[in-house]
Amino acid sequence: MPAGMRRIVLPLLGIGVLLPFVPLLLWAFSARWFYPDPFPGQWGMRAWRYLWGPAGGYIVSALAASIGLSAAVALLSVLIGIPAGRFLGLYRFRGKWLVLLLVLLPIIVPPFTVAMGLHLWFLKLGLAETVAGVILSHLTVCLPYAVFVLWGVFSRYNPEFEDQARSLGVGRWLIWRRVMLPLIGPGVIIAALFAFLLSWGQYLATLIIGGGRVVTLPIVLFALIGGSDRPVAAVVSLLLVMPAMAALLISARSLGRRGMIGIW
Amino acid sequence: MGRLILENVGLCLDRKVVLRHVNLTVANGELLALLGPSGAGKTTLLRIMAGLIAPDEGRIYLDGRPITDVPPEKRDVVMVFQRPLLFPFMTLFNNIAFGLRVKGRLTADDRHQIDRIMAMTQLDGLGRRQAHQLSGGQQQRAALARALVLEPGVLLLDEPLSSLDPNLRQQMRDLIGNIQRQTGITMVFVTHDQTEALMMSDRVALMLDGRLRQTGAPKQLFYHPVDPDVARFFGMENLITGHCRNGYFHSAQWRMPALDGPAGPCIAAIRPEAIRVMPTRPDPGADPVLAGRIHRMRFEGTATRVWIDCGSRQVVALQAGAEFEAGQQVYVTFPVDAVHLMPVENV
Repeated sequence: MPAGMRRIVLPLLGIGVLLPFVPLLLWAFSARWFYPDPFPGQWGMRAWRYLWGPAGGYIVSALAASIGLSAAVALLSVLIGIPAGRFLGLYRFRGKWLVLLLVLLPIIVPPFTVAMGLHLWFLKLGLAETVAGVILSHLTVCLPYAVFVLWGVFSRYNPEFEDQARSLGVGRWLIWRRVMLPLIGPGVIIAALFAFLLSWGQYLATLIIGGGRVVTLPIVLFALIGGSDRPVAAVVSLLLVMPAMAALLISARSLGRRGMIGIW
Repeated sequence: MGRLILENVGLCLDRKVVLRHVNLTVANGELLALLGPSGAGKTTLLRIMAGLIAPDEGRIYLDGRPITDVPPEKRDVVMVFQRPLLFPFMTLFNNIAFGLRVKGRLTADDRHQIDRIMAMTQLDGLGRRQAHQLSGGQQQRAALARALVLEPGVLLLDEPLSSLDPNLRQQMRDLIGNIQRQTGITMVFVTHDQTEALMMSDRVALMLDGRLRQTGAPKQLFYHPVDPDVARFFGMENLITGHCRNGYFHSAQWRMPALDGPAGPCIAAIRPEAIRVMPTRPDPGADPVLAGRIHRMRFEGTATRVWIDCGSRQVVALQAGAEFEAGQQVYVTFPVDAVHLMPVENV
């Protein structure tokens, strides 16, 4: 990009990303803000205190539920994604395109359709309105992304490292821990972050499968947006954004330092 | 100790025969070069020795113990690959210590051993570097050091020099030779470069099309190939079919004394550098002389390769300072003891 263009594009990008946060921040730290005023008439921390007070308990437990749920989804995505990605990345076989299609299908089909279809099945299987059911429904979205990321990682993976390690005395099962995981580490972190963030933002699947029993942060937020307490809604919105910001920092740190060397 | 025996080893991949009836004995403390053109099955054979591929048939013994079914990590055999394959998530020291750490915590003896090997491979002082901070030669030496610290019975090297530039190659050859003499570790060394095989090894095993064709001292393979394929591989371009009778070799145009040739149909092989091309007929002597015309010439630096039409046969000579013209009448001669005779049943 030429320098002149960069001078225009980068600030525009920055404004585009940051602009939606301005009203959120204003609301979150406002005590009084009436309609025609451009800025809050009075600043304050009421919304934040509400969160940690006795009335905000449902928000904190939703936050905890979201963290636990998304972490579980991320872990499962990586645990399934590593063997799947390894198989797809390292081996040539007939019908690979079919696998690709099957992996893509939950992303192509509208999430509402997937959630409704799953709901009918889950009712029969006793998984509706359970945490396990919600985790499974999130996996339909998160797992394809994790598989994709790890497929890419393994298509540039040199399995000779494993042969070398075995020749140097590492047993068949220790290879995973001593050689493969360290080599694909950055890719695994990215896949886990992807899965975590996708699960973190899920609303529809949680609502339909969870049926109101599994209350996550997006469920709470949706209810708050319809309500009248805008400052609290703004605070919850900010909470919802935080993992994405943290993820950005983690990935910048862990990937920038070591990069993808080793996978060539 | 490291006496490796391969007995009748064979392998098929995708219904294609890759290795056939390979019999090979590597003596303890020997440096054996496994030589052959690419695709001959050298690396596959090396991987079988390392235990990374299981052969379809045959047996492998190390110091008399059958190891055919022993997994690679439990064999006293370590392989160094064509690429250095240093673990990028570790420092050089940790890479070299890798194999020792697998067995347990590093002892003082282990550390001493690592220091010794790092000095031997000229890597001292680089222990804290990451793999990508090392030059190509350093990486290759580190890969060698990582295998050497384990003091394996047999060390397998898969073309470890092919990625280095010519200058570094020579240094690395000397280094490997020195280390082999110092440590006495049995080494099997895969290469497609015949000069490298001949100059470095105690013995050479030549592989062509998945078979071991000849195993022996470098000079033996070079001057006394067992069959025309081996002869051609080492550049014995003049192969003449004929017959040995009463101490003489006869062909359509040639008749010369056969010093220790076999009786019956055979092939005479003469190295191009043994043949002399002269503009005038030499004085008659014991050496055979043939008249011919220059077909073409190719300057190759230290010598010029000359193709001469002698009747229906073409003779190739490699001669320093050859100054001829195409079509010129010349005379070709060679010492009788430069003729190597191979019985035809080996063909």
